[in-house]
Amino acid sequence: MDAKEDLDVKIGLEVHCHLTSLKTKLFCRCPADYYNKEPNTNICPVCMGLPGSLPVLNEQAVKHALAIALALGSRVSQKMVFYRKNYFYPDLPKNFQISQYDKVGGLPLATGGQIRLKDKVVRIRRIQLEEDPAKIVYEGSISTSPYALVDYNRSGVALVEIVTEPDLTTPKQARQFLQKLRAILEHLGVCNCDLEAALRCDANISVRGGYRVEIKNIGSFKDVEKALSFEVTRQKMLGAKRGMETRHWDDVRGVTISLRVKEEEQDYRYFPEADLPPYIITEDLIAETLAAMPELPDARRDRFIKQYNLPHQAAEILTSHKSLADLFEKSIEKYRSPLRIANWLISDILGYLNRKDLDPSTLKIAPEDIAALARAVDEGLINEQTGRNLLLKAATTGKRIEQKIFAEVSKIGDEATIKALVDRVFKENEKAVKDALKNEKAINYLIGLVMKASGGKTDPHITRSVIVAKLKQLS
Amino acid sequence: MTNIDLRSAKRLVEAIRLGEVSIVDVVEASLNKIKELDKDINAFITINSKKALAAAESLDTKLKRGEKVGALCGLPIAVKDVISTAGLETTCGSKILKGYIPPYDATVVAKLKEAGAVIVGKTNTDEFAMGSTTEFSAFGPTRNPVDKSRVAGGSSGGSGAAVAAGMVPLSLGSDTGGSIRCPAAFCGVVGLKPTYGSVSRYGLISYANSLEQIGPFAANVDDCALLFQCISGWDPMDSTSYRNPPKVESSKICRRVAVPKEFFGEGVEDAVARSVWRGIEALKDGGYVVEEVSLSTLDYALPAYYIIAMAEASSNLARFDGLRYGLSLKSGYRDWNTYFSKCRAKGFGPEVKRRILLGTYVLSAGYYGAYYLKAQKIRNILKTQFQQLFTKYGLIAGPTMPTTPFKIGEKIEDPLLMYMIDINTVPPNLTGHPAISVPVHKEGELPVGLQIIAPYFCEERLFQAAKIVEESLRRQ
Amino acid sequence: MPKRTKLGVSAVKHLAWLTRIDLTDKEAKEISKQLTKILNYFSKIDEVDTSGVEPLYHPLEIGKVSRSDEPTPFPADEILKIVPSRKGRYVKAPRIA
Ligand SMILES: [Mg+2]
Ligand SMILES: [Zn+2]
Repeated sequence: MDAKEDLDVKIGLEVHCHLTSLKTKLFCRCPADYYNKEPNTNICPVCMGLPGSLPVLNEQAVKHALAIALALGSRVSQKMVFYRKNYFYPDLPKNFQISQYDKVGGLPLATGGQIRLKDKVVRIRRIQLEEDPAKIVYEGSISTSPYALVDYNRSGVALVEIVTEPDLTTPKQARQFLQKLRAILEHLGVCNCDLEAALRCDANISVRGGYRVEIKNIGSFKDVEKALSFEVTRQKMLGAKRGMETRHWDDVRGVTISLRVKEEEQDYRYFPEADLPPYIITEDLIAETLAAMPELPDARRDRFIKQYNLPHQAAEILTSHKSLADLFEKSIEKYRSPLRIANWLISDILGYLNRKDLDPSTLKIAPEDIAALARAVDEGLINEQTGRNLLLKAATTGKRIEQKIFAEVSKIGDEATIKALVDRVFKENEKAVKDALKNEKAINYLIGLVMKASGGKTDPHITRSVIVAKLKQLS
Repeated sequence: MTNIDLRSAKRLVEAIRLGEVSIVDVVEASLNKIKELDKDINAFITINSKKALAAAESLDTKLKRGEKVGALCGLPIAVKDVISTAGLETTCGSKILKGYIPPYDATVVAKLKEAGAVIVGKTNTDEFAMGSTTEFSAFGPTRNPVDKSRVAGGSSGGSGAAVAAGMVPLSLGSDTGGSIRCPAAFCGVVGLKPTYGSVSRYGLISYANSLEQIGPFAANVDDCALLFQCISGWDPMDSTSYRNPPKVESSKICRRVAVPKEFFGEGVEDAVARSVWRGIEALKDGGYVVEEVSLSTLDYALPAYYIIAMAEASSNLARFDGLRYGLSLKSGYRDWNTYFSKCRAKGFGPEVKRRILLGTYVLSAGYYGAYYLKAQKIRNILKTQFQQLFTKYGLIAGPTMPTTPFKIGEKIEDPLLMYMIDINTVPPNLTGHPAISVPVHKEGELPVGLQIIAPYFCEERLFQAAKIVEESLRRQ
Repeated sequence: MPKRTKLGVSAVKHLAWLTRIDLTDKEAKEISKQLTKILNYFSKIDEVDTSGVEPLYHPLEIGKVSRSDEPTPFPADEILKIVPSRKGRYVKAPRIA
């Protein structure tokens, strides 16, 4: 499937994003960080749905959600109202989710807005704040486990739900959209999208005006593209004539499986949550959030083009990964070689990461090392290919590049350079050569002169041996 | 002391402060009274003897050391079993919560403890507070201490009866559509439904969360006011609790009382009307100006109330599924849909099932607008009419209940007939206004309550008026 | 406005499914009668003209209520203690159908 518009296909996405930089859950004071915690340690009466407990809204969550809405150019509601979404499920402690709604009088945090892709504008329908359900784990496989085990550490963690209009027309566009969204969230600093389940996605797809099919449980961006491609092919071959349907993405087998076919939308019996008064979003709060808004990917891309003379494509790629763009800027702060470093990061590092299915934020390479390598190549100390090899080695091992490695590199490749330098020094310092021929200790002075001439880059051992050999010739 | 009269909290606090009686004496007297009377009355689901006596002892020690003990100074208190008490079983009068021991205290319970009160037990209630007679309790009905063949009212029937029988001087109930005022009227005690948002609901197990408030029962107005003082106030754990209630200026209209004729509709018994008018006359004698008015929307308050209450209940009670607490079924159902359905079928009683089902119905796509939304609009009209009335009058008065307490079993077969008796108590729940019920019957008659409603946060005004009625009738 | 027909047995059974309460046929029949009667009474609200009226979901206006993002952990074991069925620290649940 290429990026060409497929006018037969309409795709809409529903993205759930954890506000991972929050310290507490959305409606209770439990720690929000549930990663690698013992099951059911971060729980309290509220997020366990104990009788009599009541929700109290985390103010910081509102601010983070508001930042997302403003970053996407959405219309922020004057007040937002929480609604109950009623359905039974073992991961839902109250058997309703406190969420928001845009029908029957509901006011979500924001509506409208857009994300610009290369040659596509994807409209946002609404942005809302809601609580995450708990996590269900199975012993062994989902189909053979005799029971489900529930861990409520995740229950009540703050989610922002971003729903798009069905503007996407290819699976690849869907992936590009998610990448862009992710870059925005990362630049806002509200979501560490790397964390497991921090960014989850459901997709709606209809082909040739057929019924809408919803695909749930898509774990990664790659899988979004795969699942949608599968579904486009499936629907083009079979059609979706059975009515609205919900399907599940099986990432192991790479197919979608039917969960349920329904004539009408599931009846969630949305109604206002009376335990939470409507939250007034003041002009002051909006102004404050706008004032604190960090530079976003598009602006950063344009700045990269202007400030560092990068080609548009390179700037676009760098800024679509915050950690990569950060690494770029930190590196050229140490040594300004924007084109070379951008090129390395994009073709070598990103290429490697893509092959390994890793995220740029997992990189453990020091900007100082990137800068040093670029300098070494620029100064002819090592050649371009060696520089790239060393960079990749550093990226794969996660180890710092030791300074002596440049010397070791030059020993092999550049003995001729040292010889030339020694010849020059010998010619220019006849007296010192004479001294050295008489007194062995004076050799050090000659070594020093060579080092000085090379700007301290020549290996002292090789230099010494070259000098000793030349002296022998002279004597 | 052997013969301690538990019917005046104020006097008991005085006696304890003066050292005439110890807190252990008072708590023991209360526990003895419960032991003696509760076989017949069934006001309590759980009696907390051991912990209550331990608490009493430690309070006595504190008192002896001269430490501060709080305004309730060791008074025994009964708490409705829909209010969470840490370490003390809280059942909501339901099988589905049998054996449930909350890991936390409701805010009001924490406040009671801080004020030095001693919880002697948890009182009987209609299952999840859904009822007007306490007959829908999974633990049997509460009997009216005045006439044990009659209902005590509900749903806080246990709390009303416990005070009326002199088992405790004070108790807490909850009022979603009259559940404090109804048993107060039927048992002949004072009961207050505070302004929505003036008492924390944190720890109150929700029936209909936009309508209900926890409130006090007492044998007299002063005690009722004392307990209200102790439990009200802002709570950061309840987002609907008020941080800074508006200060209400007293003015000339404070003493103007509106009596809507709709409060005396067809279902109102003559005996009730007679007693209520005696109460209203007492207000006149006390300098109040009384005028009859009409509040047309009152006729629609009852259906609107039930639609909203059931809708909220259907969602609030969804959490009881046998997974995290309370009833669980041992026979292993492999799939959770079956498990939830069996568990809830077994745990809930008939009235709870009716309300959940109907609540689910009125929220369903296709019916939402005709029932739930429409009811919420009527609620707004009612609030506006109340507010308009409160620009001219300081209080609104009428009968709390249309009838005197009837026989146990008399209305239980007909749900709709049962709902009808809430006709006068539900309006303040819809609008959020505070309302008090104060006894106005003559000695020897079946109890009748006068309901007085005030503007938001004007509980003080209710106590003043109720006290005038109380004193005037005591003199008669 | 939808026409209010009676709440038949199958409708009651559907409601019972939505809210996960297992009903026998006999119970459903009995409840159908009771709920139909109550619903007919509820129709009384049709008499009120509510055009142009906003619904009132919260009896009193409260304004903005929120809290700071500071954690206060709760003793989790106090909650686990009351869970009827557990496997280690997990809450044990029937499996998904
Ligand atoms: Mg959602
Ligand atoms: Zn929590």
